[in-house]
Amino acid sequence: MAQVLAGVGNPSSVHGEGRAARRILEDARTLLAGMLGTDPDGITFTSGGTEANDLALGAAPGRPVLVGATEHASVLEAVPDAPRIPVGPDGLIDMAALAGLLAEHRPGLVSVMLVNNETGVVQDIQRLAVEVHAAGALLHVDAVQALGKLPGVTLAALGCDLLTVSAHKIGGPQGVGALSARPGLLLPARLRGGGQEGRRRAGTHNLPGIAGFAQAIRLLDSAEPERLLGLRRRLEARLLAGLPDAAIAGAAAPRAPHITALVLLGRPAELQVIRLDLAGIAVSAGAACSSGKVQASHVLQAMGLGPLAGCALRLSLGWSSTEAEVDRAADAISGLHRPAGTLPAMAPPLPNGMTVAT
Amino acid sequence: MNPDHLLADLDLPAGARVVVAMSGGVDSSVCAGLLAEAGFDVVGITMQLYDHGQATGRAGSCCAGRDIRDARAVADRLGIPHFVLDYEERFRRQVIDEFAAGYAAGRTPIPCVRCNERIKFGDLLESAQELGAAALVTGHYVRRLRTLERTELHRGRDSAKDQSYFLFATTDRQLARLRFPLGGLTKAETRAHAQRLGLPVAEKAESQDICFVPDGDHASVVTALRPEAGQSGEIVDDAGRVLGRHKGLAGITVGQRRGLGVAAPERMYVTEIDPVSRRVTIAPKARARMRSALLDRLHLVGAAAAGELPGEVMAKHRYNEPAQPATVQRDEAGRVEVVFREPQLGIARGQACVLYDGSRLLGGGWIERAAA
Repeated sequence: MAQVLAGVGNPSSVHGEGRAARRILEDARTLLAGMLGTDPDGITFTSGGTEANDLALGAAPGRPVLVGATEHASVLEAVPDAPRIPVGPDGLIDMAALAGLLAEHRPGLVSVMLVNNETGVVQDIQRLAVEVHAAGALLHVDAVQALGKLPGVTLAALGCDLLTVSAHKIGGPQGVGALSARPGLLLPARLRGGGQEGRRRAGTHNLPGIAGFAQAIRLLDSAEPERLLGLRRRLEARLLAGLPDAAIAGAAAPRAPHITALVLLGRPAELQVIRLDLAGIAVSAGAACSSGKVQASHVLQAMGLGPLAGCALRLSLGWSSTEAEVDRAADAISGLHRPAGTLPAMAPPLPNGMTVAT
Repeated sequence: MNPDHLLADLDLPAGARVVVAMSGGVDSSVCAGLLAEAGFDVVGITMQLYDHGQATGRAGSCCAGRDIRDARAVADRLGIPHFVLDYEERFRRQVIDEFAAGYAAGRTPIPCVRCNERIKFGDLLESAQELGAAALVTGHYVRRLRTLERTELHRGRDSAKDQSYFLFATTDRQLARLRFPLGGLTKAETRAHAQRLGLPVAEKAESQDICFVPDGDHASVVTALRPEAGQSGEIVDDAGRVLGRHKGLAGITVGQRRGLGVAAPERMYVTEIDPVSRRVTIAPKARARMRSALLDRLHLVGAAAAGELPGEVMAKHRYNEPAQPATVQRDEAGRVEVVFREPQLGIARGQACVLYDGSRLLGGGWIERAAA
C-alpha cells in the first residue's frame, strides 16, 4: 500500500504508470476472487460495504426487494419501503414468514446478512438460498462481518448470487470494499461516468485502498477465528458470573467468534457507555447517527427485546485482544452495576482492537 | 470577573465532577469553560431534543444539528469529554405535545418551563447523578444564593437576560444539585469570557425564543400536531358582535392586538379564547385589562414558607412584562389569586405568574384564568 502511495498511476490510463497500476488492481481482484470463490470478472471494487450493498440492491430493477429485519442500516435505509423479513427471538430469520413474504411479494431480490454486526448471529444462508431461488429471486448476502471470521464465505458455499465484503473489517484500510457477483449477473451501475469496473461502477479507482485490501487478505491468519472464539467464551463467562441480571442476545443461535451483545436489565446503554468512557475505557458508540446520539438497537427490537433494546452493550474482539484485556474489560463492565459514585476511579484503557459499543 | 470568586460562589468541593448542559450556545459554553478553568472535572452533555423536520412535519432534515456540532467543538477546544443524550421522545411527549395541546385548548403555553422542570432538571439531572456528578451546571442567568437556613434563587444580575421566570417550578431537591455560574455576569461579560477562552461560539447569535420552533413560526408547529388549532373561528367584541374571522387558535394569545385582521375604530385586544366554539373575544384597552390572575396552585422556591410571603410582592404574568406590585390571596381549597395593584393587559391562561420579593424568586403558578 505504501508502495502504491509512493507512485500512483491511474489504472485506467494507457501509459506505463497506468499499466503498473492496473497490474496492482488486477492482482488484488484475482486474490479477492480466489478468496470468495468466484471469477475475477464478478468482483466490483467500491468505497466500502455501504456502496457494495447499494449496488447489490439494484440488481433486480423494477422488482420488489425483501430485506432481513436485522440488516445493517446501509441496507434498510437504501430500500426504506422494502418489506422486512422478521427474525425470531434468537435473531434467526423466520423461515415461515419468509415463505409467506416470497409468495406475497414475488421479489426479484432478497438481502440477508451472514453475520449480524450487533449480535454476531450467523444466518443459515444455504437454507435461505434454496427458498429464495425456488421463488425465482436473487439472494444478496452482506458478509462484511463474516469475512476472515467464518469459514466458507464464498458464493458457492453460501449458494448466494451477490456478496458484500469490506476491507477494514479484516484489518485493511477504511473506505474500500467490494461486491462479488455470480458470473454473468448483470449489475446496473449506480455511479455513472468513466465506465470503470466493467461499467458497473464509475469513478477513479482507490488504488492504495485496494492494494491495502489485498495485503490484508494475504495476512489473514486461519487460526484467528478459533483464538477469538476462546476469548469470547472467556469474556462471556466472566461477564455473566459478575452480572447476575445480564444476558447475551442471540445466545441460542450460532454466532460469530468476535461479537457479544450484552443486555443489562434496567440500565440505559447510553449512560453505561459514558460511564465506561469516563472510567478511561476506550468506547465507541455503534448504532449512532451522525450527531453521535445513541439510539435503541433496531436489531434487538426486531428480536423482541422491546425496552431492553436500549440497554445493550456491544463488545467486539479484534486481532490484538488478549486474555488479560478481556478480563479487564469484564471487570470494568461488571463495575457498571455498582451504585452510582462507587465506580473505580480510573480503569486502564482498553488496547487497540477491543471496543465497547452499544 | 475573577474565576476564584466564581469558584467560591459555586459551593462545590474543589475538583468535583460536574455535568454541564451544553446547548452549543455562548452561555453554556462559557459555563463549561469557566468550570474547566477552575479545575473541575467537567463532563459536557448535549441533549438531543428535537429535529426541525419532525417538529414541523417536513422531511429531510438530519438529527445532527449545528448546535450539537458547536457544543462538540467547544468541548474539543476545552479538552473535556462531551456526549449527546437522546431525549427526543421524552421531549416530544412532555414538552412539544403539551405545547400544541395548550394552544388547541385556548392557552398560551411556555414550553421552556416544562423543559426545565421535566427534562433538564428531571431526566438530565438524574443522568448527571448516575455519572457521579456533584452538580448539574446550566447557563441560566439566575443566581443561587445560600443563606444559613436555605438555598434561594434570585434574578440574574443582568436584568435584560434574567431567566428566573422560567425556573419558578424548580424544587428544593433539584436546587440542591444545580449550579448557575452566569447568574452574576452580564451577557457582555459572558461574551468577553468566551473571547478570552477562545471558544468558537463567542460571536454566535442569540438563540430563538422557543428552541424547537424554526423561524419563530410556532403556529405551523402547533397545527402540524393539532390540526384543529388551525381551524378558523369568529372574532367578536365584548358585546357579542361578530367583527371578523381568525385563521386558527394556534396563532392567538390573550392580550394580542396585531394580526387579527379586524378593522375597528379603537385598538382592540384579545380578552378571551373559547376553545370549544373557537370564538375569540376582543375589547378596547380599557375593558381588556384584568385585575387578577387565578393560579392552579402556588409553587414555592427555596423553602419559602407559606406564612412567610410578604404582604406585597412583585408579580410577573408574562416573561416579557416587567413585574408589577400585587398581593397574594389564598382560599381554603388552596387556590391562589394574585391581585395586581394596577389592572393588567394580557393575563393569559397557560402562562406562569411568578412572584418576587426584590431580586428573590419566591415561586409562582400556572394561570388558570384572569378576573376583572
